[in-house]
Amino acid sequence: MNLRHIGADFRIVSRTYLRNGAALFFSLIFPVILILLFGAIFSNSGSTAVGLEVLNEDHNSPVSSAFMNALNNTSIVKVSLVTDSSVTPSNFAAWLGQNGYAVGLVIPDGFGANFSEKRPTNLTLYENPEDPSAAGSATGAIQGVASYFNLAAAGGSPIVALGPTEKVGSQIYTYIDYLIPGLIGFTILTSPMFSMVDVTNSYRKEGIFRQLSLTPLTRAEWLTSRILWYVLLGFVTTAIMVGAGVGIFGAHVTLTLGLLPFLAVGPFLFVSLGMLAGSAAKTPESAAIIGNIITFPMMFLSGTFFPVSEFPAWLQPVAKVLPLYYVIDGMNQVMLFQNTGRALLDLLVILVIAIVFFLAAIRLFRWRDE
Amino acid sequence: MAGSIEVHGLVKRYGSLTAVNGINFEVPAGSVFSFLGPNGAGKTTTTEILEGLRQKTDGSVSVLGLDPWSQGAELHRRIGVIPQEFRFFDKITPREAIEYYRALFHTGADPKKILAQVELLDKIDSRYDTLSGGQKQKLGLALALTNDPEICFLDEPTTGLDPHARRAIWEVIRALKRDGRTVFLTTHYLEEAEILADRVAIIHQGNIIAAGTPQEIIREYGRPARMRVNGSPELADYLARKLGVQAAAEGGRIEIDLHRKEDALRVLFALDASGLPWDSFATEQDTLEDVFIRLVGRMDDGALKSGAAG
Ligand SMILES: Nc1ncnc2c1ncn2[C@@H]1O[C@H](COP(=O)(O)OP(=O)(O)OP(=O)(O)O)[C@@H](O)[C@H]1O
Ligand SMILES: [Mg+2]
Repeated sequence: MNLRHIGADFRIVSRTYLRNGAALFFSLIFPVILILLFGAIFSNSGSTAVGLEVLNEDHNSPVSSAFMNALNNTSIVKVSLVTDSSVTPSNFAAWLGQNGYAVGLVIPDGFGANFSEKRPTNLTLYENPEDPSAAGSATGAIQGVASYFNLAAAGGSPIVALGPTEKVGSQIYTYIDYLIPGLIGFTILTSPMFSMVDVTNSYRKEGIFRQLSLTPLTRAEWLTSRILWYVLLGFVTTAIMVGAGVGIFGAHVTLTLGLLPFLAVGPFLFVSLGMLAGSAAKTPESAAIIGNIITFPMMFLSGTFFPVSEFPAWLQPVAKVLPLYYVIDGMNQVMLFQNTGRALLDLLVILVIAIVFFLAAIRLFRWRDE
Repeated sequence: MAGSIEVHGLVKRYGSLTAVNGINFEVPAGSVFSFLGPNGAGKTTTTEILEGLRQKTDGSVSVLGLDPWSQGAELHRRIGVIPQEFRFFDKITPREAIEYYRALFHTGADPKKILAQVELLDKIDSRYDTLSGGQKQKLGLALALTNDPEICFLDEPTTGLDPHARRAIWEVIRALKRDGRTVFLTTHYLEEAEILADRVAIIHQGNIIAAGTPQEIIREYGRPARMRVNGSPELADYLARKLGVQAAAEGGRIEIDLHRKEDALRVLFALDASGLPWDSFATEQDTLEDVFIRLVGRMDDGALKSGAAG
């Protein structure tokens, strides 16, 4: 490895890139678009409470009002009272469906009176099977509040009680906070993968590699200068995305030096993988297919848009064989949870994979025909 | 002096196709060697084997005493190459390209000087993808010169160049020779080989069918020199009788073969003695191109006949 060679080749890569409007646009603007899009869709001004439509048939009862207040105080659900007088318990389900509400609750007439006289009342919950998590949250909140009311009615006092909640880490996390490391990982993956697969193939086809094989530049130097370029690009896009996330959505992320190794090793890994995939393919078409087969599962299954812990159990092991999972998990650990131990483990995993891919790429790759 | 390039029994097969069929030649250091042949004859294949870009099937090849395939890294420091289809990074300018090569080869080449030499100075800051075909070719040549090479391999360096640019490249090749460098040149322009080359070899379907200096080849395979005058059929008859040679007037032009130098004098005396009118007197000799066309034509006919027989 000769630093002067790497420097000279780095200038070629950067100029090629900077003079290619489309490439530059996509690598710098695309991350911002992603942040804006996903941030707008999921952030809901920071609240994750489930909307709960309540049809209160027990009019002017202090007990039902207290019940609804208690539900709101859980901050799991957000109660909105149905004011449309044409809605009745018999057409409530249809009304919920028509208006696209996920969960609804009917408080029957006599709820307050029954409570005072310690007679049982059945509350009816309506749920949309397509949104089981909303229904689950609502059920939990309602059962919790109901138990408290039951206890109060029986005149008892709580034996086991949940104290004030301590948040994980030191901040209050919203979806956008998780989204930022995920999207950084997404760009670290996609921008080198797509372009390396393409470049490796077209340079071979156009004879540019043969031209380079006539110079003292080695394959390792060639690959290294590309890695350095994508590391630099990664820093820039990270700054842009963090800036957009914090500035527009008030995201909470910690920019620590701990992020740097991930921003360095991530591109190292994916540039090498891109070159490996590109040189394994014989034609540009098959190169694109191989590139997509490798990239697409990682794009969605590595915790880019949703935390892997929210995946169905059978899908979680799949995520954990994808290298990008460790990049994103590591960044989550340093940016959100300050869990250095786990971050170091993630870093070790991606470093080993990156070295293996790098060595495989320069071994398998040929400048010239046999 | 030992050859810069030595090739013995070189064979290259692509599957069942034999592109190079056991050829031998040597290129002395400091000379210009031109490799000629019709399309598909095996020129580029041979050239690329010498450059270490392709692996030979059989035979032995030595360039500057090195095996091009296994010692490519060392060889490439000492040779300059312009491939038949030169391509470079689209968005890079000639100046940047030469600076790039300069850094890779650790030389002090001056982009302006080299680009002036190949007459590309006016495009020094234009991106590669905006250059014309001939300008791209010139950049290829400029890059081949950046590392101060001992041997230059030029595969059709003047194809697609205008006549003026072609002459500029000839000047570059002459300068390379003056500096004591070896030049290996393939070309389809036979006059170019005749003007520039110390030695040429003509390859046809993987076999060398003629080799030597251009003059040797013309003498061996060309027709005799001819004298040509304008005159009447009577003059033609007179000359035939007087000199005992074939002479016919076609469209007012008479051609007489000259087997020896002295024959020219005899023709002149006979013309003078004839008392008939004549003018526009000239001698004519085959060029390398005439010889090439006859040789290759003969080989193709032979191949056709033997093909038809077999
Ligand atoms: N990579 C390859 N695979 C298979 N056959 C090849 C390959 N390269 C060249 N050939 C064949 O080998 C023969 C010689 O090709 P080569 O390129 O050496 O010819 P050439 O003399 O340089 O021709 P031209 O004047 O057209 O450049 C041709 O018949 C060609 O089809
Ligand atoms: Mg050729």
